[in-house]
Order: sequence, then C-alpha cells, then structure tokens
Amino acid sequence: MSANKASIVIRGATVVNPDEMFVSDVRIVNGLIEAMGDALTGDIVLDAAGCYVSSGFVDLHTHLREPGKEEAETIESGSRAAVLGGFTAVVAMPNTDPAQDNVATVRFVSDRGRAVGLCEVIPSGCITVGRLGAQLVPFDLLANEGVTLFTDDGTGVQDALVMQRALMTAKRLNLTLSQHCEVASMTVGAVMHDGACCSTMGVPGWPSAAEEEMVRRDIQLVRMTGAREHFMHLSTKGSVELVRAAKAEGLPVTAEVTPHHISLTDELLTGFDPIFKVNPPLRTMADIAALHEGLVDGTIDAIATDHAPHAGHTKEQTLDTAPPGMLGLETALGVVNTAINLSPQKIAALMSWNPAVIANISDHQGRPIAVGEPAHIAVWDTTTVWSVSRDELASRSTNTPYHGMELRGRVRHTIYNGQLVVQEGKALA
Amino acid sequence: MKHLLSTRDLSTDDIVSIMAMADHMAEINSRAVPKVPALRGRTIASVFFEDSTRTRLSFETAASRLSAEVMTFTASSSSVNKGESLRDTIETLSAMGVDAFVIRHKSSGAPQQITQWTDASVVNAGDGWHQHPTQALLDAYTITRNFNELNSLHGRTVAIVGDIKHSRVARSDIDVFTRLGAKVVLVAPTAFLPTSLDGWGVTTADSLDDVVGVVDVVYMLRIQRERMDAAQMPSLREYSSLFALTPERAARMQSHALLLHPGPINRGVEMIVDPSLVPGSRILQQVTNGISIRMAVLFSLLGGDATTTLSNGVEA
Repeated sequence: MSANKASIVIRGATVVNPDEMFVSDVRIVNGLIEAMGDALTGDIVLDAAGCYVSSGFVDLHTHLREPGKEEAETIESGSRAAVLGGFTAVVAMPNTDPAQDNVATVRFVSDRGRAVGLCEVIPSGCITVGRLGAQLVPFDLLANEGVTLFTDDGTGVQDALVMQRALMTAKRLNLTLSQHCEVASMTVGAVMHDGACCSTMGVPGWPSAAEEEMVRRDIQLVRMTGAREHFMHLSTKGSVELVRAAKAEGLPVTAEVTPHHISLTDELLTGFDPIFKVNPPLRTMADIAALHEGLVDGTIDAIATDHAPHAGHTKEQTLDTAPPGMLGLETALGVVNTAINLSPQKIAALMSWNPAVIANISDHQGRPIAVGEPAHIAVWDTTTVWSVSRDELASRSTNTPYHGMELRGRVRHTIYNGQLVVQEGKALA
Repeated sequence: MKHLLSTRDLSTDDIVSIMAMADHMAEINSRAVPKVPALRGRTIASVFFEDSTRTRLSFETAASRLSAEVMTFTASSSSVNKGESLRDTIETLSAMGVDAFVIRHKSSGAPQQITQWTDASVVNAGDGWHQHPTQALLDAYTITRNFNELNSLHGRTVAIVGDIKHSRVARSDIDVFTRLGAKVVLVAPTAFLPTSLDGWGVTTADSLDDVVGVVDVVYMLRIQRERMDAAQMPSLREYSSLFALTPERAARMQSHALLLHPGPINRGVEMIVDPSLVPGSRILQQVTNGISIRMAVLFSLLGGDATTTLSNGVEA
C-alpha cells in the first residue's frame, strides 16, 4: 500500500485517547503519525478546530454485497460510504453470493478491498458451508487469509451441537465466532417486533424470545468450551441482561448494538414502509432504554452498523416480501450522538478501540493518536447539525431510515493509511 | 375522504353516514331496475391479487349499479405471474385512466403502499391479516338495522369467535363495533389471539360455552385448516369441541341474538350447525347488505358532493 508522500496536518482538534484528551496538532507523513504539538506545518493543513481526532472507526458488521448483489453495493461504493462515516476498517459480512465460506471468495473480497484502497476491508468467514448450519467451514484455511471473525450472519447457527463444535474449533485456533441470535422456528415469515403495533397491523412478529433463547444457549456453549463469542446487533432488554450476567461470570463474550436499535422503535412500521424493516427488528422504548444502559455500563462493547444496502426496487415490495436491512455507515456517528449522550472517549471506545480488539486488528487499527502510530484517523464533532438526504449518500442504495431527519455530530475528515480520503465531509476518491 | 384503507381512516360520524347512505342504496337495490347513473363515466379497477369470489363480485356489482366502468384484474391470469412488481402493475393500470382501485392483497399494508404509486382512490378489499373495512361496515350495518338502530351498538355485546390473530375481518370489526358502543368479547384459543390486545378495548373468553347464551351477536370467523396443521396450533378436534357452533350451542343463543359469518363457511369446522336452521342467522343478509355498503363507499369516494349527486342520480 503506497502512502501519500505529502504531509498532512490536522490543526486544532482535541485528541481523544483512552487515557487522556488534549488539544494538539497532528502531522502525518508516510502513513504514520510523525509529529504532534502546536503550530505544526505541512503540505495539506486541515482545519479541525472544535473537532475531535481519534483513531478511525471500525465497523464489525458491514454488508458490502460484492460478490453477488453489486446492484445494491460494491466494495468500492461501500468503502466510500465507510470513510464518509469515519470508518477506516470494516468487517465484510459473509452472506455474499457465493458466500464467504471458501478461500477464493474471501481472497476476492480482501483483494478487491485493497485495490479500492479507501479503507481496510476484512472479510468475515462463514461458520458453516453455505451458511446452511450443518457443515463447518475450513476455519484454519480462512484464518490464514486474514479472517478473524466467523459468522453465519443473516441467520444464527440453529443446531446447538454444530455451534458447540464450531466453538471448540475456534478455541483451538484462537478465533472469535460472531452470532446472529435468532431461533428460526420462532420467526417464520416475521416482519417486525412481535408487540402491540404488530398485533394491530396483522403481520407475523419477531418475538424478543427468539433472540434471547439463542443468546442464552450460546452463553451456555461458551461456558462449556471457553471459546470467545461476539453477540451481534443485540436488540432486546432480555439479551442485554443475559450478556451482562455472562460478563459478570467472567465468560469471554462481547456484544454490539446498531445505531438504529438505539434510536428507532417499531411504531415507525405502522405506515407499512419496508424501509424500516430490519433483522433483528426495531423494538420498543423499553428495549432502547436497556440498550442505552448496556452501552453506558459496558455490557455492550461496540457500535456496529449492520449497513445493509438493498436496491430500490426490492424495498418497493410489500412489507412481508421486502428484504430486511437498512443503511448505516454514513449516519452512524450522527445517529449515536443524537440518540444518546456519550463522552468523546466513550464514542471512540465503542466505535474504534473496542471493535478493533474484537476484530483482532488492534495492532494497527483503534490505536492511540501518538507519534509513530499508523495513520488511520477520523476527525469528527458532536455539534454539527445536518439533515440526512438519501440522494446524497455514497452508497449505491438509498434505504436509509433517517432520510429528512436532523442528526447532531458529523465526520469531517478521514485519513486511511496516511492518505486523506475524506476532506470537509466529501470523499476525495 | 380520498382512500378507504382501514376502518381507522373513518371517524365514527363517517361510519354512521356511510350506513345512512347504504339505506338509500338498499332502496335502489330493491327496485325492478336497480341501477342509477351516479358514477357514469368513472372507471373502477377491481384488482385482486388474491383469490376472492364474494368480495370481488360484490364490489363489481356495486360499481355496476352506480353505472361505473369496471376494469377487472386477477393475479392468476396476469402480468404478476411474469414477475411484474406491484408498483409497475399499479402504474400501468393507472396509465389507462382509473378513478378508483379496489385492492385485495395477501400482504398486510399493500393497499396503503399502492397509494404512493397512483393518484386514484384506493379501497382496501382485504389485505393480509390487517383490515377489511367494507366487511366491518356491512357487518355493523347488518347488526344495527336488525336491532332497529341507526348509529349505535350501545348496550350490545358481540362475541367474535375463531382465529382472531390471522383475521382482517376481526381487526376491522373490533374497531367499528367498539366505536359504535358495543362490548366485544373474543373467543379463541391463545394461539389464535394476537400477542398484544393493548388498546383493543376487548375482553376474552376461553370457550364459546361461556358466552353463547348471553351475547347479542355471535360472529363466527372462518377457520383455515392449513393453520390448524401448523404444529403449534390446537388440534381440530380440540378446536371444535370448545369453539365450534354446534346445534346445542346455537340452541342456547338468546331469542333476539344474531348469527353472522363473513364467509366462506367451513361446514364441519367452525360451523357444525346448519346455519339455515338458526333463526338468528343473517349470513345471507350480510351478503345482500354488502352491495349497498360498497355502493355507499364507492359513491362517497368518487361521487363528489354526496347528497346532491346521489339524488340527481336517483331521479335520473
């Protein structure tokens, strides 16, 4: 990867590091942070007064859709959306076509990400072949290709014995399994959260118990195997309580939540607009309150977007036939900062430092802002109010639930591997 | 009123005035030549993405008696089978010049979604498990007129029996009946009740025996055998023993009580009694009233100034 030879200076921002925050200029040369201090000069000077500068965000949960659904997103368009959201690394979900259950597909995704070069694209691997829940993938071969997280995302591994064996293998190879928790038999045809709105609207519901039952089962399997497991997109109060108890017990579990699950409720579905259909579904105010609490007390380790682009015509179907999923990369910071009051260090922990550890890339992503560190950097604020327009997104798709809404907090500049990829909120390539 | 998507689109006054207009329509329907030119020149597209006989014929008959042109579309013999999207289908038909769409769809919410793809009025003729507003209007009309009331079900109790969870008829009926002042009791096994009844303003009963002798209306819903077959549903035998209308239970109905059913009847499942032998049965009257109610709805949506145009039409 060639680094930009020109020097870049981020001027006047507040550095956000785990142990301290302080105002300092930051100079980047040859892909590294080369100097910090006052009144630094350089070839490119970025005004960042009033902003925070932290390590670039890391998304544990991105659907880039390539290969297979390039009409919805490509690795290039998704990478551009990522850096506009301040992300310098994304974990690409494996439900591509073909699925990321083999070396060739995984290598294709990494290679394509590297060729695009806007951010780090880390392919996840399936847990089972074809995400069918039966036969385990060759974990060792995929790990050799740089896969650090394995998941059948989109579905959970239904068979407890298969999941137990996968965890045993993961333990032996020091890998992390990441689970989409959903007992499929309880959610056949489900359209939205199984509650009051769903009952009135007359559509099949996703009960909270369908998620909680698999969280509960997997905690038991982690207890048995000692392997690391990451719980994806928690959406219910009960799930937060289960993970909190598992952590108190000292089990090696981590959890993420999406921006939409901490900001939107099932009442948005009452107009039958498929833009609000997502899996797991938008739930209730009580669930949102529990998720906020989980973020604050550390039960939930990371914000992950579950960025799920869908081509326009697929969201013009009826609510029961339209696919679940919504865009997330470009709005993540603004949604989180608008939904919940978090300190800059907490935001950086949830969006950069912790997910970098979970993705096992913390040797080069989610690092402190310090001389000699790799220059994967986001410059952002928590005060700019902006209005989301689906027509101005870099994603190939437009399925954002935030169209027309005002958000507070925006990414201003993004630097990946020493290269300025977003300047003043605009993608440069 | 531009569309009729849900009973919730209607104020209680709207419900009362549609029923009053249905009285006029019933008078027209009683004539030797039951036809008026009230909607002459208007085009109504009858678009049924899901099979239906009575509702489609009822709407088309209603449109025809008001002299509207009727364009008929059934999904089984259409471009839908060639993979055409809902949006493209509606936009194509709209381009032919349609004043109102009458929509039946297996998916809840489809009629509401369709409103964004056409300038025409949209009438929901049944969507998924969600709503069937004209059914609720004709049911309320049938009940009020049998009890010699014009605008109220106050003091009456209606038992709705069967698969409430999967019933668009139940959702519409409950809303209209409760707003007209009736008490509604749902009689169903738990698997046939929705997860939440918050805000529904209803009570529940565990067996038909508990209520059949005390209610003013017994409203039986159709039970779909395929839902019974799903493993988590109660057995047909258990269902019939607790919830079917048997001759013995029908005999316990109060002398003034009415028996209603939206059809089609599943004889031997929810209806073990022969409805023709139940004195309070108004099941065929519901069908007759359905035409008057649908004429009133179509006229309300398309007729412009309701009273004058209708009376002009009647006089012509």
